[in-house]
Amino acid sequence: MSDLIANIGFLQQGPFAIPRWEALFSNIDLLWQGTIVTLIVASLGLALALVLGTVLGVMAASHWRIPRAFARAYVEFYQNTPLLIQVFMIFNALPMLFSGLFIPVITIGILGVGMYHGAYISEVVRAGIQSIGRGQLEAALSQGFTYIGAMRYIIIPQAMRIVLPPLTNQAVSLIKNTSVIAIIAGGDLMYAGDAFAGRFGHYGPTYVVVGLGYFLMCFPLAMLARRLEDRTRVL
Amino acid sequence: MIELVDVSKHFGHLKALRHVDLEVPAGQKLVIIGPSGSGKSTLIRCVNMLEKPSSGRVIVDGVELTALRAPVAKVRQSVAMVFQSFNLYPHKTVLENVALAPIVVCGVKKEQATEAALTYLKRVGLSDKADKYPAQLSGGQQQRVAIARALNMHPKIMLFDEPTSALDPEMIQEVLEVIIDLAQGGITMVVVTHEMGFAKEAADRVVFMDEGRIIEDGTPEHFFENPQHDRTKLFLSKILR
Repeated sequence: MSDLIANIGFLQQGPFAIPRWEALFSNIDLLWQGTIVTLIVASLGLALALVLGTVLGVMAASHWRIPRAFARAYVEFYQNTPLLIQVFMIFNALPMLFSGLFIPVITIGILGVGMYHGAYISEVVRAGIQSIGRGQLEAALSQGFTYIGAMRYIIIPQAMRIVLPPLTNQAVSLIKNTSVIAIIAGGDLMYAGDAFAGRFGHYGPTYVVVGLGYFLMCFPLAMLARRLEDRTRVL
Repeated sequence: MIELVDVSKHFGHLKALRHVDLEVPAGQKLVIIGPSGSGKSTLIRCVNMLEKPSSGRVIVDGVELTALRAPVAKVRQSVAMVFQSFNLYPHKTVLENVALAPIVVCGVKKEQATEAALTYLKRVGLSDKADKYPAQLSGGQQQRVAIARALNMHPKIMLFDEPTSALDPEMIQEVLEVIIDLAQGGITMVVVTHEMGFAKEAADRVVFMDEGRIIEDGTPEHFFENPQHDRTKLFLSKILR
């Protein structure tokens, strides 16, 4: 067995050599800690994105001019600038604006991905609302529902079924995008992996395992999205 | 009960309503007839402000709905509407469809609203469908649920916007029977329809519209036997072959 391995050159030396793998797995705790940070940023960021996206989506689909213009401006701003700049702004510029302000890096990550994906989710929600026939809103209004009440009880529950697959895809993007906080020493999975890899040069195995970690978080959601898509097609 | 004063409605260049005046006293059963595009649907939709008039005043139950910051949602609670395409809530069961607005909008207790909903479902002959979803019902059944949903708001006014136009012929009668039954009561009704039989049987008053104007207004006898305008005669000759 060892003879066999001895003859495979790239396992003896180079970026994927076995000692590098051994070093990584004896320090795997570091990656676990990073994974926990990533999961916290992703789940709270997703919660923020869902709230923002729903509110902005309802505003964008409404007939009220000012809320609609605000939602439009928000979406255009966040969709057309890099997430990285937004995170740098929160990280560097805000503390300069309000001197002494200290924002924990996890919070920066949550705000960053939450606000960024809030813009995308609001577009998904707006499209979902607009896909529900006008008759539903009219029926609700004719019964004395307010616009917000009609949205809450009649329109959004129906839009939700349509919107769930693209929403799940947004969750997948959001998880991957939490990795930007690695650049501001975010302590997340990407950062933990990169920090470890850089120390000893074990880039190969570390990036493979970190990548696999993100894959394991995202793949079930992507599968779920496909499942939901099939179901909405049947309905 | 309903008063429209000099109401006009424009959609871009299209003039759907041109200076319409109409007064409907409490308890009246008014049927609005007219060729398609004559403005009858726009007119009935102005009564509950689903269409905002371009000019003129709409006064319902003593409240001027065209006034700035009028309590439109409040007035709509007592002005029920039945739509051509039913517009039931597809994600709710039949029972929930009928009980939802009283609970959420009017603050009626859930048990009470549900009990009343069952009573009205029974009245339209559908108490056995309470737990079904709208998609599981025929068109005629869906429209009867829509009527029960309207009734559970205990409205003073009921607006029917072509309630049988989207139905298969064999289902028209079951819906008309329910509406005719309602017309026996004291509720104020405005019905846009092509069903001349219904107009003859249930209406106190028939209004004929053409090109955004009311051009004939009188009792059903007057309308069917002694119409004044050539346009009305032409319409009747086409429809009562």
